[in-house]
Amino acid sequence: MLEIILFYIAATVALVSTILAMTRANAIHALIYLIVSLLAVAVIFYLIGAPFVAALEIVIYAGAIMVLFVFVIMMLNLGAKGDAREKTWMRPSVWVGPALLTIVLFAELLYVISSAEGPVSTGVVGAKQVGLSLFGPYVLAVEIASMLLLAGLVGSFHLGRRYLDRAPSSELGHQQEGE
Amino acid sequence: MSELMPVLLALTILVGGVSLAAVITWWERRLLGFWQDRLGPNRLGPFGIGQVAADMIKLLFKDDWVPPFSDKVVFIFAPTAIVVAMMMGFAVVPFAPNTYILDVNIGLLFFLGMTSLAVYSVLLGGLASNNKYALLGGLRSAAQMVSYEVFMGLSLMGIVMMTGSFSLVDIVEAQADTWFCFSQTLGLVVFVVSGIAESHRLPFDLPEAEHELTAGFHTEYGGMKFAMFMLGEYLGLILISCMIVTLFFGGWMVPALIYDWLPPFIWFSVKVFLVICFFVLLRAAIPRPRYDQLMSLGWKVMLPITLINLLVTGAILLKMKGA
Repeated sequence: MLEIILFYIAATVALVSTILAMTRANAIHALIYLIVSLLAVAVIFYLIGAPFVAALEIVIYAGAIMVLFVFVIMMLNLGAKGDAREKTWMRPSVWVGPALLTIVLFAELLYVISSAEGPVSTGVVGAKQVGLSLFGPYVLAVEIASMLLLAGLVGSFHLGRRYLDRAPSSELGHQQEGE
Repeated sequence: MSELMPVLLALTILVGGVSLAAVITWWERRLLGFWQDRLGPNRLGPFGIGQVAADMIKLLFKDDWVPPFSDKVVFIFAPTAIVVAMMMGFAVVPFAPNTYILDVNIGLLFFLGMTSLAVYSVLLGGLASNNKYALLGGLRSAAQMVSYEVFMGLSLMGIVMMTGSFSLVDIVEAQADTWFCFSQTLGLVVFVVSGIAESHRLPFDLPEAEHELTAGFHTEYGGMKFAMFMLGEYLGLILISCMIVTLFFGGWMVPALIYDWLPPFIWFSVKVFLVICFFVLLRAAIPRPRYDQLMSLGWKVMLPITLINLLVTGAILLKMKGA
């Protein structure tokens, strides 16, 4: 019973903070609401018996990826001008299209859930089970993800490298690029 | 009683942690003075311990100013985030046998999650101040802490492999015969370095390097809000020391050769105290590196070391299991 109450509290927090994250004009405030929403989702994961995923949600999403988002926003340093521009973009008419599409999806989701039976989870899925299934049936997905990450790493290294080479003698660097 | 225990322990940690953090500010300055051949704060009370109270009274009575050009809500929220995150981190530390707030199979990940959430405090504090030095400090801290989080997590995976569990209680009990500081020495080195970077203390206090950034992310903070940042930093120091002891030095376990004449909690405290003194010694001994040196140390030295450590540990475990 307590778990159900906790679940609904976390779910409400997640919903409210996600809606606020979408409607804020200030990018930083929106990101903070998104972080809160991710934390609430982590609580939900824990409650439905996936503690490992809950911990990863906090460490990776809330703790690392969102930090990078905030980092980028800080570098852009939009300030009050950015907020004003964002407000002009978020006119009520903008919301009509996405809202309609979301309602269609929501109806579909309700239909699927109403026909589903039984509890969502049958027990606690610990770190060991997650690892076994990742390196068992889903090993291809892990390998593809790792290749994607490696490509990102090499790409960013390459971009930084060219910039460093060009810095001392800019003309030479441009000529080499042209070739 | 057993149901009340976590609540009592949580209250003890709250009160104990805050007062311990305050005392450590004094102890650190005395110790620094000793190592640098000067006196340090020795005027108030016996050995100058009254300095703690004097500092607190000073901070309490300062004007609690919020700059008009700052992002007010975020500005006030930022210092609380680090204190809350660090306090939460203590929940999984086993202080003595059966003395912990919660023992979950994700204990270690919970600790990593809480330290990674502490980044937001510095980041948002720097951003909300709307000041160029604070912004630069915040940017640096974000890059530094996100980078060192990677090695911090990876350096502990060797221990997780050897224990087969993320639970800190299991990790302490797995060290009954030998402490992990002998089998996971590389992991210990990386964890200590990334622990300093994560709690952004000297020599890795580049987010607040005073000779280039005034005071970094807390330039605009004063009074109790500044005190909250400091409290968070010292709580982080205590938490990292507790984790080093728990993970590498056998937690509350008694050293193997010594007769068991003190309760486990005392052993735990003694070890934590020694680790804190070691951190102070590092502060006194090592100069601050340049920012790019810090980052290249991380990615070019720490990352290969942790990966090699992980590979070797895995290979040995596989060999032992196969034999």
